[in-house]
Amino acid sequence: METIILFAPLVGALLCGFGWKFIGETTAQWVATSLLFLAAILSWIVFLTFDGTTESITILRWIESGTLSTDWAIRMDRLTAIMLIVITTVSALVHLYSFGYMAHDDHFAKGVSYRPRFFAYLSFFTFAMLMLVTSDNLIQMFFGWEGVGVASYLLIGFYYKKPSANAAAIKAFVVNRVGDFGFALGIFGIYWVTDSVKFEDIFAMTPQLAEMTMPFLWAEWNVANLLAFLLFVGAMGKSAQLLLHTWLPDAMEGPTPVSALIHAATMVTAGVFLVCRMSPLYEYAPETQQFIVFLGATTAFFAATVGLVQNDIKRVIAYSTCSQLGYMFVAAGVGVYSVAMFHLLTHAFFKAMLFLGAGSVIHGMHHEQDMRNYGGLKDKMPYTFWAMMIGTLAITGVGIPLLYIGFPIGFAGFVSKDAIIESAFAADAGYAFWMLVVAAFMTSFYSWRLMFLTFYGEPRGDKHTHEHAHESPGTMLTPLAVLSVGAIFSGMVFYGPFFGSDEKVGKFFGYIEATEKTEDTAMGFSLIAPAYAAGEETDDHSDDGGKETPIQQPGEGAIYHNPDNHVLHDAHYVPNWVKLSPFIVMVAGFALAWLMYIRRPDLPAKLAEQQRPLYNFLLNKWYFDELYDFVFVRPAIAIGNFLWKRGDMGVIDGGINGLAMGVVPFFTRLLGRMQSGYIFTYAFAMVIGIAVLLTWVSLSGGAN
Amino acid sequence: MLSADIQTIMPELVLSIYAIVGLMGAVYTVKDGAAGLLTWGTAGVFILLAVWIGINGDGSTTAFGGMFVDDAFARFAKIVILVSAAVVLLMSEGYMQQRGLLKFEYPLLVALAVVGMMVMVSAGDLMVLYMGLELQSLSLYVVASLRRDSVKSTEAGLKYFVLGALSSGLLLYGASLVYGYTGTTLFSGIIATVEQGVSLGLLFGIVFLLAGFAFKISAAPFHMWTPDVYEGSPTPVTAFFATAPKMAAMALFARVVHDAFGGIVGDWQQIVAFLSVVSMFLGAIAAIGQRDIKRLMAYSSIAHMGFALMGLAAGTALGVQAMLVYMAIYVTMNVGTFALILTMEKDGRPVTDIYALKQYSKTQPLMALVMLCLMFSLAGVPPLLGFFGKFYVLQAAYDAGLGWLAVAGVIASVIGAFYYIRIVYFMYFGEDTEALDGSPAPVLWLTAVACGAIVAVAWVPGINLFGVDPFAATAAAALVK
Repeated sequence: METIILFAPLVGALLCGFGWKFIGETTAQWVATSLLFLAAILSWIVFLTFDGTTESITILRWIESGTLSTDWAIRMDRLTAIMLIVITTVSALVHLYSFGYMAHDDHFAKGVSYRPRFFAYLSFFTFAMLMLVTSDNLIQMFFGWEGVGVASYLLIGFYYKKPSANAAAIKAFVVNRVGDFGFALGIFGIYWVTDSVKFEDIFAMTPQLAEMTMPFLWAEWNVANLLAFLLFVGAMGKSAQLLLHTWLPDAMEGPTPVSALIHAATMVTAGVFLVCRMSPLYEYAPETQQFIVFLGATTAFFAATVGLVQNDIKRVIAYSTCSQLGYMFVAAGVGVYSVAMFHLLTHAFFKAMLFLGAGSVIHGMHHEQDMRNYGGLKDKMPYTFWAMMIGTLAITGVGIPLLYIGFPIGFAGFVSKDAIIESAFAADAGYAFWMLVVAAFMTSFYSWRLMFLTFYGEPRGDKHTHEHAHESPGTMLTPLAVLSVGAIFSGMVFYGPFFGSDEKVGKFFGYIEATEKTEDTAMGFSLIAPAYAAGEETDDHSDDGGKETPIQQPGEGAIYHNPDNHVLHDAHYVPNWVKLSPFIVMVAGFALAWLMYIRRPDLPAKLAEQQRPLYNFLLNKWYFDELYDFVFVRPAIAIGNFLWKRGDMGVIDGGINGLAMGVVPFFTRLLGRMQSGYIFTYAFAMVIGIAVLLTWVSLSGGAN
Repeated sequence: MLSADIQTIMPELVLSIYAIVGLMGAVYTVKDGAAGLLTWGTAGVFILLAVWIGINGDGSTTAFGGMFVDDAFARFAKIVILVSAAVVLLMSEGYMQQRGLLKFEYPLLVALAVVGMMVMVSAGDLMVLYMGLELQSLSLYVVASLRRDSVKSTEAGLKYFVLGALSSGLLLYGASLVYGYTGTTLFSGIIATVEQGVSLGLLFGIVFLLAGFAFKISAAPFHMWTPDVYEGSPTPVTAFFATAPKMAAMALFARVVHDAFGGIVGDWQQIVAFLSVVSMFLGAIAAIGQRDIKRLMAYSSIAHMGFALMGLAAGTALGVQAMLVYMAIYVTMNVGTFALILTMEKDGRPVTDIYALKQYSKTQPLMALVMLCLMFSLAGVPPLLGFFGKFYVLQAAYDAGLGWLAVAGVIASVIGAFYYIRIVYFMYFGEDTEALDGSPAPVLWLTAVACGAIVAVAWVPGINLFGVDPFAATAAAALVK
């Protein structure tokens, strides 16, 4: 079944991308979409029937070279199962949505078949993403990692005639390469120290890695910390964390379904997934964890501030994504991987919904994206409005605090975001806690600002556009409806397994074996792949582990917690003011937004006027792009120009051409002239030769 | 005693008697009427001798008190000389016949030259060396000016003779210096003497000796005669010049430096390396300006001699082995190329302009393909045979610590690739010219295709360069002790 899930999108992509000329454009789109729905349904079946036991499904042998051996294999555990439903569900819905959204596109001339290409890219992306999350080794994961990078590049630059789209695509690709360089170094390093790229082997080695040091960049480093950090650099690039975040807002140049699928719900969460997947390593790398917490919190704060003042509807959501990813990293950094995955899951629903809702607005407004030209669209697009409303309620975290009836009552974001904030407090990460609370305030503000600017007030901007504003077709509204279910309920439903008691979470992620299985033999409840369990010390441990409180070994279950890691437990016992704080700031944010955009719409302009430098600072995204432009881009272009004009054209071309067309022909002519045809010239040359040889011999060889 | 000596020089003796008998017989009977028969007969005798030497030869024997050496090295060289001379003779017959050049002296002079070469490669004494060298040279002077009514041909012969005399003078002066400083002309005596120390005078002697050899193998800067003689001589004679005598002179070179001066490699290594690097570059650069394919092949052979000398410069058994392999490959490629050059004609007249090869692939696809293989092989493009020759010598030079020489060789080879590939370019992409006509004679066709096939398939596993490598290894082991 997993194999079908994995390859259905690939088949879809191939059929749609290469076969549409034979089966027709519409059929091709339907083929890709229905295959995705098939994968989505199967994923839910897998997810719901999965018992938490890690399995390994080998598809084929891939690389055998010395000690490097890699299979194409599926590592089936809870993390994989979660990612499967996230990816395939959102992807299937986005496929469906694209029928409506991509129906007409002014970027392409009439008669140009761009739709099958779009669907093929989407399906290809889904395949690569599945490859990434199902992998049981780092190489295959890297393959998927780069695959989604390529798909992202293709989709951002889908409007290939638009220069800004091409620039954004290149930017995304290049910035991601920076991260990937770190990732690749991490893989090399791991292979170097563990002699394997398989997760099982790596996880088993992690306790030793924490004891070892290795040289890197003229210094000795703790192996676990260094490798964890290098991997995290890759995660930073893919998940648009601070310093490597600049590509994500620009990636909004792609069609909106792409933004929803790739740049909100799935690909950008790959970094979070990587950290959770490598949890055994991160648990032994406390300094790197601290760095992740710091960076995640800072990103959450930074992106939220920038989101406050953006006017492009998609950019607001893009910065929101960036900010929410920061939340996830904080959770992963403090060691509650289940919470990080929880937020990843809920965020996928409500963020995809916000994007698709925004896409619906954009579609209805004839590709107008500036919120200043919206207003009063509530009645024109009622369904879209309600969908966006649910998404906003979810992201801002609306719920009833302190009420607990087996699970908290509230929208998805309320449950998962509060879980992160509480975990941050429980982990004594004061900086992160306050940053996240402030970010939650700003999240509330910019989300409501988006809502008010778009759906309330008077219509602004082009009258003609507003007159023709219309609700979107059914293919676009259905996904919104499905996602809204997730946005409302996913938090409450999944509270227990992701953020419930230690036992519940442990069972769900397969590191505390289910009670009914304690009777079974070692093979029966083996939490790890049998091949690994056999003959390992941990095997003995597992035998009696079921009866006592087990101490988890790295590699058991989907995620690993250090024995000293009690954050998950402590997070449930934080003071009430901590539990209340996100709610309070959420209300405050809403109130402020209401004041500024409903009650006194003239306030924002005045404020911006008053605080001009701050406003410009935020509007220009803290001048990161300008800084990078100055520090990296311009010097790189200058070096490139220098190497090209001087180096390549001047020295290399000039040298080669000069040699081939100047020096060699000169000597050719010279030698031709020496070949005079006169015997005395020839004899003279011979005598000269003898003289030279004799001189040389006298000077060098005569000594002995 | 004498009978044992006679036994050792039996092949040379047989060939000499054949030449004399053939000469007398033809002079007193039908003269040029016997030319065709004599050509085939001589080629047959060459082949028979090659087989005889190949089968009979075993171990190392000396004759006449060490003045004549018969060892694996000499046999390897002799077989190459005999076979290539035989093939070239067969190739000549049709061409010379057609142009009225087929005199009965021609095959007999070639036979005498071959006797000289065989004596050269077996020389164990400076006197014998000189005797063989002069016998070869005098025969070649005459052959070069075979076309007595052609100014170019006689000029070529004369130039060759005068410069050859000069080089013989240098060589003799060197020989006398060596004799003066060592008190013997026997190689075995010389090598024993130089081990006790080398004086400057002896070094001068070596330089003069080597200069004489360099002239024979047309290594720069003693190469000047080569283009003129190659161009002026009738093409079959050029083909002969480019093959057997080169092998003989190179073998003689190796014989002297190792048999007589094997203990002082460091003293002559630099001289050989110098000759090598100058030859490689001169051959590569000067050939670019040539339009006449015979002149071009002259420079090509200069460059190739440079590469062969690189193997020799290594001063090791591996170097000699590489040199022998290189020479065997070189001879094969040149025989094939000259077979093709001999087919180049328009309206019954020979053409040597490379521009005439334009569109050759259209008129003669197979011949063009063969030419392509040969040119790429001469340029040293893998996986053709020429690449392996270059690879061996480069490796030998590098192993002997002459890394700079190997690098220079690679650079020269790159420059030289230009003119070989230009010919291929003309054949396949050249435009509008009056194409060559005439179809190749069977012998030429066969030779060209055979050589083309050899260079093209030698790399195939199982063929392993036709097993020439182990023979060369044995030969080198016999020479370098």
